[in-house]
This record gives sequence, C-alpha cells and structure tokens, in this order.
Amino acid sequence: MTDEAAARVASHRLRARWLVVALAMLALAMAAGMLFGAKSLPPSDVLRSLVGSSSHGKQPLDAVIVRSIRLPRVLLAGLVGGVLALAGAAYQGVFANPLADPYLLGAASGAEVGATIAIAYAPAAWSVNSVPVAAFLGSIAAVAAAVVLGRSVRAGRSTTVLILAGVAIAAFLTAVETYVQQQHQAAIRLIYSFILGRLGTAGWSGLKLVLPYALVAAIVILLHRRHLDVLSLGDDEAASLGIRVARVRLILVAAATLATAAAVAIAGTIAFVGIIVPHTIRLITGGSYRTILPLSIIVGAAFLILADLVARTAVAPAELPIGVITALIGAPFFVVLLRRSRVVAQ
Amino acid sequence: MSRKIFIIAIVLFAATACAAKKTPVAPTPTPSAAAVAYPQQITTSAGLVTIPKKPERIISLSATATQMVFAVGAGRQVVAVDQYSTYPTNAPRTKLSGFQPNIEAITGYRPDLVLIESDQGGLVKSMNALHVPVLVLPAAKDLSGTYDQINELGRVTSHVDGAQRLVSNMRHEIAQIVTSVPKASNLSIYHELDQTYYTATSATFIGQIYKMFGLTDIADKAGLTKNSGYPQLSSEYIVSADPQLIVLADTVCCKQTKASVAARPGWSKIAAVQHDEVIPVDDSLASQWGPRIVDYVRLVAGVVTHAESVYKAT
Repeated sequence: MTDEAAARVASHRLRARWLVVALAMLALAMAAGMLFGAKSLPPSDVLRSLVGSSSHGKQPLDAVIVRSIRLPRVLLAGLVGGVLALAGAAYQGVFANPLADPYLLGAASGAEVGATIAIAYAPAAWSVNSVPVAAFLGSIAAVAAAVVLGRSVRAGRSTTVLILAGVAIAAFLTAVETYVQQQHQAAIRLIYSFILGRLGTAGWSGLKLVLPYALVAAIVILLHRRHLDVLSLGDDEAASLGIRVARVRLILVAAATLATAAAVAIAGTIAFVGIIVPHTIRLITGGSYRTILPLSIIVGAAFLILADLVARTAVAPAELPIGVITALIGAPFFVVLLRRSRVVAQ
Repeated sequence: MSRKIFIIAIVLFAATACAAKKTPVAPTPTPSAAAVAYPQQITTSAGLVTIPKKPERIISLSATATQMVFAVGAGRQVVAVDQYSTYPTNAPRTKLSGFQPNIEAITGYRPDLVLIESDQGGLVKSMNALHVPVLVLPAAKDLSGTYDQINELGRVTSHVDGAQRLVSNMRHEIAQIVTSVPKASNLSIYHELDQTYYTATSATFIGQIYKMFGLTDIADKAGLTKNSGYPQLSSEYIVSADPQLIVLADTVCCKQTKASVAARPGWSKIAAVQHDEVIPVDDSLASQWGPRIVDYVRLVAGVVTHAESVYKAT
C-alpha cells in the first residue's frame, strides 16, 4: 500500500471511546437478558445460579432455567447478532452498496430451500437434527452458485453482475421452495417454524455449532478491514494500490457466507440486523471499516440480545417471533436510511 | 423485505389456521325426521348458500368434513375428497387440494356441492359462477360447533336422521367417558403443536376437551385468546410451569418424541418428563373436530386416569 493510501485511511482508526461505549451497551444488554425472563427471578438468585457449581442432576429448578435455558439463549442471540451485523458490514463493503445484507447472494433462500427439502423428503428415520445441516449446505451452495454464475459472465468481475446473479439464484430457489411447500402442506408448519427462527430452542448445542464458523469469519473479515476501506475507493483505485480486487472480494464473501450460513441454519433467517447495525455505526462514527467491522460485532450482539429480550418478555409467558421485533425497529429505520441516501445522491 | 413480513404473517396465520372462528350456523329449525325439501337455503360465514337439489356428487376438500359426511351416511354421495382426507379409508381420495384449489380440476368431477374448511383463492366465488354451491365449514370452536356442522351436513345431504343419531351417540359417549374418570385433582397439561412451543389454551377446541377432565392448561397464563388461543410459549416458562402432562401433537409434522423432549435443555426437570407422562399423539387426530373426537376423548381419559394414579402414588 502506498503512503498516500495509508494516509487516506489512517485517520479512521478505531477510537477507544466508541469501543468502550459499544462494550458497555453489550454488557448492559447481556445483564438485562440474564435478569429478565418468563420466570421472574431476583438478581441474587440469577447470580447464584450462574456461579453455583452443583452437577446438573441436583440443580434446583431456578439454576436449570438460568444455566440451561436463559444463558445459552442470550449468548446465541449475541453470537448470531454479531455474525449477521459483521457479515452485513462486509457485504456492504464488498459490493459498495449500502443496501447489501448478508442474504444478498441467496444465503437465506438457500438455507430455506435446504431445510424445506430436508423436511419434505428426508426419510422418516432421519432426525430433525438433519434439517440444520441441510440448511447450512443449501445456504453455502446458493452463494457458491451465485458467485460461479456471476464470474462466468464475461463482465464477471463487476459487482453488479454478481448481485444480479444472486437475485436470480434467490428467485429460483424461492420458486423451488414454494413448490415443495405447496406439495407438502403437512410439513409447512415445521418449515415455517424453522425459517422464523429458533433462538429459544437451540440451547448450548446450537451455540457450539455456530461458534467455530463465527470465529473463522470474524478473524478473516477483520484481517481484511483495511482492504475494505481501499475497496470503497473504487475497483480501479484499489487495483492500482496493489489490491487483488477479485480475490479479496471472494475471500470476504466466502467468510461472511460461512458465518451467515451457520447462523441461519441454527437461528433461522432474522432480518434487518445485517443492515441496520452497520449503518447506524457508519452514521455515527464515519465511514471507515476499521471502525465499522469491530463495532458491528459488538453492537449487533447487543441489539439482537435486546430484541430477543423483548420477544420473550413483552407478552410473557408467550413469545413474539424475533423477526417481528427486528423488523418493527428495522423497517422505520430503513425508511430514514433511504431518505438520507437520497439526499446524499442529490 | 416485505417478504419477511409476509412470511411472518403466513406463520401467524398458520399457527391460527386451526383457530376457532365462530361458525354462524343458521338457527336450527328443529329438523323433523321427514324428508328434506329442496331447494335449501343455508346461512354461512361466506353468506347465503342455496342447495338446489339433493347433492349426489359431493367433493370434500376438508379432512374433517369428509369424516362428517361419511359418518352421517352420505358417503355414497361423495365423488372426490382431498389428499388429506385419510379417514375413512374408503373415501375416494384424489390429488385435489383445499389449500391451493384448482377450479378446473374440481369442476372436472362435475360436483353439485363442494365442502371446504376455508375459502382459499376465491373458490366460493369461482364455483358460484359455475352454479355449484360451496359450504365453508371452518374449525369448530367447541363440541357444540361440531354438532352444528354435523346437523347442517345432515340436512344438506338429506341424512337428517343419520346426523341426529350421530350427534346423540357422540354426546352420550363423550359424557359417559368423562364421568367414568374422576375429576383430575388439578393436573396441569401442556399441549404441544410444534417444537418451537406453539400450544393451545383452554379456550380452543382441544383445550376444552382437556377442561372437561378438569385439567389445568399451562398456556392459559398467556391469556386465553392470545394469538386466537394458540400462543407460542417460551421454554423458560414451560420448565418453570412444570406441567404434569405433556401431549405431543407434533409427532408427525415435526417428528417429536419422548426422547427428543427429554433431551431439551432443562426439560428433564419437568414432572411430566420425570414421571414418563409425555404422550405422543397423532397430529391430525388432535387437530380435527369431527366424529373421531370421541376417540380422542377416550385417549385423554386413559391418559388422565393413568396420570392420576402415578401422581397419587408420589
């Protein structure tokens, strides 16, 4: 990287102030997530349950609720929120498109088709645990297909072609999904409960499944934070600065997709987190990915923990689908965002 | 983005699809045992339906309506039923669907009466344009709703006697089964509709069956009519409510078993799991409101009797 380019991005170093604010938000969200729930427990009991060491069989009911149900749910919401926000930020950088979200290239529709096909056609002997695996593979396959299709076109290095390929793949998969569902009405309940999200049922095992992919993706994407800043200068500029644009783009898409696929396979397709969190951070802190990426993880985690807290307490002991909460906040925000971006365009 | 909201809407709908909608059945003019006169006029939720003559080519696109029609003795007048009408087994099952009705395929059977659960895709309007009456028979809200629908089908198909006999047999049998079981001493129950903890309160059709046995539905805390009586509960609440009976009405749709329930985080603490009072049932038996509900009531009676003895011993 030339000195000039270095100078252009150096002013955007992650400020400690923002990091502290974000971490405080996350800590507050986690504390609230642990303290409130369908079963009201005094804070002292929650704390005692968390630090208590009795073996599972002998635990009192409160401890079971705190350790086996509430804690994994809060952690999974945080992990999924962080992953989706990070992947969303990466996609927005890669495609230089503010409306990009982690599902842009078909990660969500691929997962839905995978799950739908597994639910409708898997032999009865297979357990329902095969569904997340199918969703994960479907998600990866859909994005891979979009990338291959996008690159096969002659002008294949442009992001527009890739996005259009993703749109085509997503439309095709949605059609397949609708067809299979229509042929298997009896399975529709299970399919929709899968798509709508299952933060509340995944437990520790779900957390363990997502974590490795999330870590790999986070490391890869964070290592490329400078590249994303350079990419935002435009492809030609980036290439002239010695960045292998196509290769960097592929690596970032692969990493973001891996994490998104794992999150979707376990927690369902949760909308808006991947768009609104990175944009909020961008609006507040400025445009550098060296700030946006790490803060997206932290704020995304805090946001989804709080959204899930609302989902499970607003009408307790009943639940609201988490997608309703994120969309209720996300949709108005989206409108504001669109208005702003139009102002910018003018 | 609107698609996500659409999906949410669909799911909320699906969760309440079997929700009770009050059937505005016409005031029953104490039908005499005499032959029925045609044309008949029936007031339904979809408006006034005129049955010009005794139907001889009935199509049923609702599994429950199929059971009712056969049970009142009008089975011979049925020419086609949908793919989910698996009972009785001799019903003329076809590929027809009540969810995505294909007007042309339906018309191909030259029906003179179509029975459906809900008016999907403007079926009523389309069939009326072809002068084929359509009777919408939505999920009954309670047993008397079931009896009303059976009597209505009896009148429409000219099997008034059969319908009356069926209803009085059902009433009698259910009363007998319920009284044969001592009122449950406040046993609590959780009726599971899917593995994300959608359930039914005691305001629903199935919930009222449990109520007859004196069972306490843990979903009632969520508000009787929350989500039309089919709320989604949190795992945390279910574990802390500690139900003594768990009925799994998601064994077919969602492949849930005693083992998968016991393996859920924290659920091994629940009384029903510890005392092996987790009862897998056939999803469709637990979601239909037809004559076979008597079988379900009998099943519940057995479950309650067993649970009573188990919990009394502890």
